[in-house]
This record gives sequence, structure tokens and C-alpha cells, in this order.
Amino acid sequence: MEAVANAGGAIGAGLAAIGAGIGIGQIGKGAVESIARQPEAVNDIRANMILAAALVEGAALFGIIVGFLAMVLK
Amino acid sequence: MFNKSLKSLLAAVFSVFLLVISNSAFAEGDSAKTKKFDAAEVIFGHVLDNHEYHFTSYKGDDGEEHAVSIPLPIILYSPQKGFTAFMSSRFEEGKAVYGGYKLEDGGIVAVNESGEPDATVKVYDLSITRNVVQMLIGLTILTWLMLSIAASYKKGLGVKSAPKGKQGLIEPVITFIRDEVAKPNLGNKYQKYLPYLLTTFFFILICNIFGLIPGTANVTGNIAFTVVLGIISFVVILFSTNKHFWGHIFNPPGVPGFVKPILILVEFLGVFIKPFALIIRLFANMVAGHIIIICLISLIFIFGEMNAVAGWGASPIAIGFTVFIYFIEVLVAFLQAYIFTNLTAVFIGAAFEGGHDHEGETVHV
Repeated sequence: MEAVANAGGAIGAGLAAIGAGIGIGQIGKGAVESIARQPEAVNDIRANMILAAALVEGAALFGIIVGFLAMVLK
Repeated sequence: MFNKSLKSLLAAVFSVFLLVISNSAFAEGDSAKTKKFDAAEVIFGHVLDNHEYHFTSYKGDDGEEHAVSIPLPIILYSPQKGFTAFMSSRFEEGKAVYGGYKLEDGGIVAVNESGEPDATVKVYDLSITRNVVQMLIGLTILTWLMLSIAASYKKGLGVKSAPKGKQGLIEPVITFIRDEVAKPNLGNKYQKYLPYLLTTFFFILICNIFGLIPGTANVTGNIAFTVVLGIISFVVILFSTNKHFWGHIFNPPGVPGFVKPILILVEFLGVFIKPFALIIRLFANMVAGHIIIICLISLIFIFGEMNAVAGWGASPIAIGFTVFIYFIEVLVAFLQAYIFTNLTAVFIGAAFEGGHDHEGETVHV
């Protein structure tokens, strides 16, 4: 039973990381493209990029925390 | 040419320094040849709060393990025994019983005469743990820095001229928070919230950076610490709400009637999820960083248990990755302080923003 819980937590954390990776990748892609198109707006774009990345990462961390709880809580 | 050789010399010295530090920090895994190296124990020992600053342990002449550590005061309260205070060195690494208390895994428990844990005695642990000590050190340094800078501004130094000395360190950061965080999100009310935002930013930053010094405690990676910061932000957000904000939550305009109950529930939960996300983000980021660094160092000892060659072979790779992750962590220390402050500002701004006529919205500078 514990092995199943550990596997579930680990797989869940991995899936959350995949999701965050895709999300942050898309944000980075969008930011780099818009900076290339409009280099003078680099500061605004960077601030918004970090903000969006933080929100995506927050969602992923929820998944990781839940995965961790699945491992720790009996 | 001289510059280049100096740089490589510095790099070499730094690596040796790190090697020494990490070796001594993990000597417990190295010297205790008899017991197997337990990575999970080492990792949690470093990440979690503790009653002492533990640096290393060595085998003394008597063949016993001795710890090199700074003991910290323990303050206990239990309804039966009242207040007790003593230094954590009395516990002798959890081996001894002192004053009817014993250090067990995960906390201090009361014991009876025969030394068995006594579950009937409730113990409230109010100790000055290493997290508390480090937070107080951070606060002291922060207060001293800020007060001395404020005093020099009051004397007129650096007001019309370029900033001098310590001002040069802090002034760009303050203007960054003001111009990039407070003004775009809070508009013309930014002056009211700027002290709070700056305090949060510098406090999180100094705790993050102190946590990165080898041998120190992981303050911002403690859920209690981030929960308190999150609750303070939550209170600030709640006190800045206006009736427009609550109107949008309990009576979302322009939504069909049958969707409203769902949307009200989602919006209402969102009020609590926002500070919760702040709490979890800071906590998880800092803990994850510390765990990655210790995992990489632990690799040396895991390989070293196979045989000495594998251990020595793994060391340069592990140290290289550790240094790499360490520099990323320095970036993360700044980034998380910025993100916490920025999101707090965004949520405060959303709380008092006007309606769709955008009268409350301000010009982005």
C-alpha cells in the first residue's frame, strides 16, 4: 500500500512538473517573440512574463504538495 | 592576463572552500562507517527546524561521537510542570533526559521517572529554535541597515546628489519596487502600501539569502513562517477591498442566473486561494532548492558507500552541479521575494480597483 502511495505521489509530482514545464515554456516563447517584435517594451514584457510564470508555477506546486502529502500521510 | 589567472584562482579557491564546507557538513555520513548513510535523514535534518545549529560531528578520544554545534535555549510550558528553560546542550544530542523532558524525533516530550515518554503531560514548545534565531538576526541587520540609511537621508546626504555608501545598495531596489511593483499595480494609492511592500520584500530577501549560507537554517522554507506572511498579506488585501470587489464576487454582473451559484463559489474560494498560493509558492520554492542542493551533495556519500573510487569520482560532478544550483538559488532568492511582493501588490490592486469604467485604473508608467 505504501509503495502504491509513493508511486502515486511521485507520478503526480512528475505530471505537475510536465504541466509547469509546458506552461512556462509557452510563456518564455511568447515573451521572447514579443521582445523580438517590440524590443522597446522589454521591461513590461519581462515583468508580465515573471508574473505569469509565477502563477503557472503556483499551480504546479499545488500538484507537487498534494503528491508529497500522498506519500507522507498514512 | 593577470585578471584571467586571478579569476581562475578565485574559482579554484571557491571550489576548495565549498568542498571543505560540504565535507564537514556531511561528515556525519562519512565518519559513521558502521551505520549506513541515510539520505532522507540528512536531508530533513538540514531542511527542518532544529533546537541547535549543528555543523559537524567528530569521533573523540573516548570513541564517542561528539557534535560541533551551537546550542540554543529551549523554553517549554506544560500545564502540570509550568515554565522550564534550559539550553539544548543538556539533551546531549537527544541521548539524555533533562528536567523531565526528552528530545525525540519530531519534538520534545515529557518523561516520567523511569525515562518513558509520558503522554498525559502536554508540552508546549516555545523554544528559540534556529529558525527563530536566524529570523531575529535578519531582522536586526535589516533594522540597523534601514535606520542608518534613513538617518543619512535625513541629514541630507544623497537626497539631491548620488546615493552614497549603503544607500547605493538599497536605493535602486527601493526605486525598483516603487516603479515596477507598486506604481503599476496600485496606481495613485501606491504611497499608502509602499512601506508594507518594501518591508515584505526586504524581509523575505534577507531570510532567503541567510538561508543559503551553508550551516544556517532554512527560514523561508518553513511553512509556519510563510503562513504568517501570507496571513498578513491576506489581512492587508481584505482591508483594501471596496464594495465593488465584493459586488463582483457575490453578484457577478453579466452572468446568466444558473451559472451564478457556481461562479460565486469559485470567486469566493478565490479570495482564500490567493494568499494560500503565496504561502505555498514561497515555501515550496525554498524547500525544493535546499533539498536539491543537499541531494546533490548526498550523491557523493551514496556513491562513496559503494567504494572510495566511485565516491571520489562522483565528487567533482556533484560539486559542480551544486555550485550551479546554488547560483540559481541566489537568483531564486531574489525572484521569490519579488514575486511575493508583486503578487501581493497585484491582489491589493485588484481589491480596490474600480468597475468597468476604469476610473480607478491608472496610467502605466
